[in-house]
Amino acid sequence: MAEYSVFSLIREGLSGHKGWIRAWRDPEPKKSYDVIIIGGGGHGLATAYYLARNHGITNVAVVEKGWIGGGNVGRNTTIVRSNYMLDGNAHFYEHSLKLWEGLSRDLNYNVMFSQRGVLNLGHCDGQMDAFARRGNLMRLNGIDAELLDREGVRKLYPHLDYSKDARWPIYGGLLQARGGTARHDAVAWGFARGADRRGVDILQNCEVTGFERDGDRITGVKTSRGTIGCGRVGMAVAGNTSRVAAMLGLKLPIESHVLQAFVSEPLKPLIDGVVTYGAGHFYISQSDKGGLVLGGDIDFHNSYAQRGNLPVVENVMANGLAMMPYLSRVRILRSWGGIMDMSMDGSPIISKTPVDNLYLNAGWCYGGFKATPGSGYAFAHTIAHDAPHETNREMGLERFETGYLLDEGGKGPTPKLH
Amino acid sequence: MIRITCPHCGPRDQDEFSYAGDATRTRPADPATASAADWHDYVYLRDNPAGPHLEFWHHIHGCRRYVKVLRDVTSHQVLACGWPDADLEAAQ
Repeated sequence: MAEYSVFSLIREGLSGHKGWIRAWRDPEPKKSYDVIIIGGGGHGLATAYYLARNHGITNVAVVEKGWIGGGNVGRNTTIVRSNYMLDGNAHFYEHSLKLWEGLSRDLNYNVMFSQRGVLNLGHCDGQMDAFARRGNLMRLNGIDAELLDREGVRKLYPHLDYSKDARWPIYGGLLQARGGTARHDAVAWGFARGADRRGVDILQNCEVTGFERDGDRITGVKTSRGTIGCGRVGMAVAGNTSRVAAMLGLKLPIESHVLQAFVSEPLKPLIDGVVTYGAGHFYISQSDKGGLVLGGDIDFHNSYAQRGNLPVVENVMANGLAMMPYLSRVRILRSWGGIMDMSMDGSPIISKTPVDNLYLNAGWCYGGFKATPGSGYAFAHTIAHDAPHETNREMGLERFETGYLLDEGGKGPTPKLH
Repeated sequence: MIRITCPHCGPRDQDEFSYAGDATRTRPADPATASAADWHDYVYLRDNPAGPHLEFWHHIHGCRRYVKVLRDVTSHQVLACGWPDADLEAAQ
């Protein structure tokens, strides 16, 4: 399959774009595979890609009930960052960010990763102290962080509410300049193409309906396109993890919740990077097409509905107006919901399971998109070696039994608060 | 908007309530004899079904009592409401 390059672009541009070939095949399922990845989202496709690229395991299928990239990888606010404190999280997300930095070249696919900076606003002395602590811990871990005062924030974002009437005055902020945004669909498509080129079969419209077992091993995956034999099985179906796990009799520390996101009408360049409000839960950036992309809290109740309710819409907009009053005249174009795996400590699970040859990738809460390359990398290693990679050592399922939780926010086993 | 019928106050908007989670968990009856596995199950593990879900809502801006709700989480439709000890599934 042809490499994408400036030369192929010029050649096709001059010949009416008739020479492009499809980016991945549409194969029939084989009788069996060494590894079956359940879930053709960002994480599943990345896992298949890194299985082939890093471990030479190419007899792999990705089974997806709908079309690839139709779930949360196409429903997020595209933010990439690694501003974590706990060791078990920080090194994982920083590794992921480093993969993002070389991803377009690695995949030969432009994922439009733009390091435009992620700024968290602080609105009181206590919050600024907490930011200083977080920033110091990040820098000790080798992650970039910069503490800005009010004037520093104003220089970057002159049009926030700095008036004396502001509901929560801006004291400063914590900036991660290497953070930013990426083109969400391109991430799924780039990994799909990269995996396919290395021999991975991507099976769409292939819903898992059950499993064939021999004691503690899975011997086959039953799907809407027939039963497929397997060596190992990796599950990356965040949002629906409990449903697939229930087919194997597994009960997990996960609740499914709905998270809404919004896009405004396209505007001229207005917001350079990603800005988050510190006195409520609100984050905003501007897409390359000009739409403001924004979001806030989950809806706070269990849901599989992929759509939210008005109380959270009102709350998100109120937060946005408090930070940027001029948003009141911007029209919202679209809103949608995605289903989050909310884990019991707010951190993800990349782990072996009680089933011998089943591996679990789940519990991403709000944060799955930025983790996509790092998650695929670590999960592929876990599957290939039957042992965690150094970046996901502390993300095992057993932590809920041993008590070594990764509770970044210190909120306890209350999924709606993470 | 979800509308929940509080047995004490009548039908109210979800805005008046705070979600209090899965109502099917049972705290180990005797903490002295409960094993670590019992606590793990109670504190962390959830069925998380896609369909009718039994859950508690706290009527925080009303009578402040807890309400048990049977709600289809695939559509957000409330199927039944009652006091915390009500057997809502049997009434369906």
